[in-house]
Amino acid sequence: MAELAVDIAVRAGEFTLEAAFEAGHGITAIFGQSGAGKSTLLRAVAGLTRPDRARIEYGGRVVEDTDKGVHVAAHRRKVGYVFQDDRLFPHMNVRRNIAYGATRNAARPGQPEFDQIVAMLGIEALIERMPETLSGGERKRVAIARALMSNPQILLMDEPLASLDHARRARIMPYLERIRSETRIPILYVSHEIEEIARLADTLVLISEGRVVASGDATALFARSDLGAYLGQGAASVLLRAIFRHYDEEHDMMELDLEGYTVYLLGPGNRDDLPRPGTALRLRVDSSDVALSLVPRSDLSVRNQLPMVIEEIIGDGRASVEIRGIVGLQLVKARVTRRTVEDLGLRPGNTVYALIKTLSFERRLVQEHD
Amino acid sequence: MLTGGELAIIALSLKVATTAMAAALPFAFLVAWALARWRFRGRGLLQAVTTLPLVLPPVVTGYALLVWFGANGPLGWLLRETTGLEFAFRWTGAALAAAVMGFPLLVRPIRLSLEAIDPGLEEAAKTLGASRLRILVTVVLPLAFPGILAGIILGFAKALGEFGATITFVSNIPGQTQTLSLAIYSLLQSPTGDAAALRLIAFSVFLAIGAILASEWVASRLPSVKKARNG
Repeated sequence: MAELAVDIAVRAGEFTLEAAFEAGHGITAIFGQSGAGKSTLLRAVAGLTRPDRARIEYGGRVVEDTDKGVHVAAHRRKVGYVFQDDRLFPHMNVRRNIAYGATRNAARPGQPEFDQIVAMLGIEALIERMPETLSGGERKRVAIARALMSNPQILLMDEPLASLDHARRARIMPYLERIRSETRIPILYVSHEIEEIARLADTLVLISEGRVVASGDATALFARSDLGAYLGQGAASVLLRAIFRHYDEEHDMMELDLEGYTVYLLGPGNRDDLPRPGTALRLRVDSSDVALSLVPRSDLSVRNQLPMVIEEIIGDGRASVEIRGIVGLQLVKARVTRRTVEDLGLRPGNTVYALIKTLSFERRLVQEHD
Repeated sequence: MLTGGELAIIALSLKVATTAMAAALPFAFLVAWALARWRFRGRGLLQAVTTLPLVLPPVVTGYALLVWFGANGPLGWLLRETTGLEFAFRWTGAALAAAVMGFPLLVRPIRLSLEAIDPGLEEAAKTLGASRLRILVTVVLPLAFPGILAGIILGFAKALGEFGATITFVSNIPGQTQTLSLAIYSLLQSPTGDAAALRLIAFSVFLAIGAILASEWVASRLPSVKKARNG
């Protein structure tokens, strides 16, 4: 069922953004180049900008319908907005910042509690500090906690990681994954970083020049060969779905089931951070980290060897080509040199073994929603 | 030490200045808000009118007040008939003159502090479910407070020292409209008044320094002010 339905036309700078999409629970990523009107889209959903024409519905409520003259004021929309520039109140400490939207909570028992949200974002120690004394990553976590505390029916995140360096991003991403798995709030996530999206998005809305190029299940869109131009570097990502089965504590290794084959992943380091057995996880690997072999090999250090049927070999005359193959029902992409294709005699229909080093998988994993 | 008569002059001056600021502040805030946040026709005119008392000779301002708010002036008549408020030759008239003369000094720092507030903060408050009133009370006023305080200090100082408009509008009546400046002036005109004049002058200086120190102390206790200073 669609949790979120947006059909909108809104002026964004030089051109008009027209977008229509639906999404369920989890993270819906809006991806497009800078200036494509992504932020304007979020502002319209929050009621901070009046769109030229729109129908916006979430949480079972229509908040904007220009045809019928429906326009719910911003402060009644129950959105949790994480702005790109945080916008913490400079004259309030962290506690008062977080509690600012909490009045909306009071009437609703059973909603996320203060301590729980503070713990989820790991900001217990910051609670009495003033915003000006916080680092960028801390400010961001406080901003996210403040948005969550207001008991939102939808979470809007505008490039929440854009202002952070790589190390801080890596530290915040797990918190976003936690929000996604621990709340049932749909999240609209704007970004121009394909890596974030490959990791986080359940649904992907691709925007280019004010139009939706494609929208739908993120894994499926990443698998499409015709979207390479829009996905940019992301086109090299392979997204795989696997079921967590077993944890080898002695070696800190996780064993997962991918279409009946076993894949090994680095463990989280301790038992507490493990998902439950049976949980579906998303794995991301770069297509240039996938090697191919004609036969299974026992003399290599590479643990993950998946038999795949080559579907297509895509090249543009340059030295490397992309080999797209199917493992069970899932697409695997491998980037190899043209020379390799000739030497091994690879052709569509061949069965080869995709070799993926355990270390090539992105370490942290996204829990798939059912 | 100060005599009873001198204390009465000081008390009257403080009453006039305090009343002037209390009455002018809400209007000053509204005008500052309009100038800082709205783009409307006549904005330039409003700005000019607001600044006028600062550049006009005070005697002219006093004369204008006399014409409009005097016993026979249209606004004076209207206010007397509707609220019973009279200005002519009364301390209330001195307060009105002080308020009008202090108005530009009150508006400017408030306007600047409002302009310095990131409108994004108000948007954030909106998304967190805050009504306009709650945003005003919890976000705008605390952040604009340094400017409001600065405006009050400047306006209060102006109100205490006002001379030209007051004497033109409500004359120099001991016990009614004779504030500090008018009293000092009268004493200096009298051959025996030098000592009393000096005492009032000393008090004025003391009051001015005290007001500045007090405002510094209040300001230092506000986090938003600290930040504004450091930034």
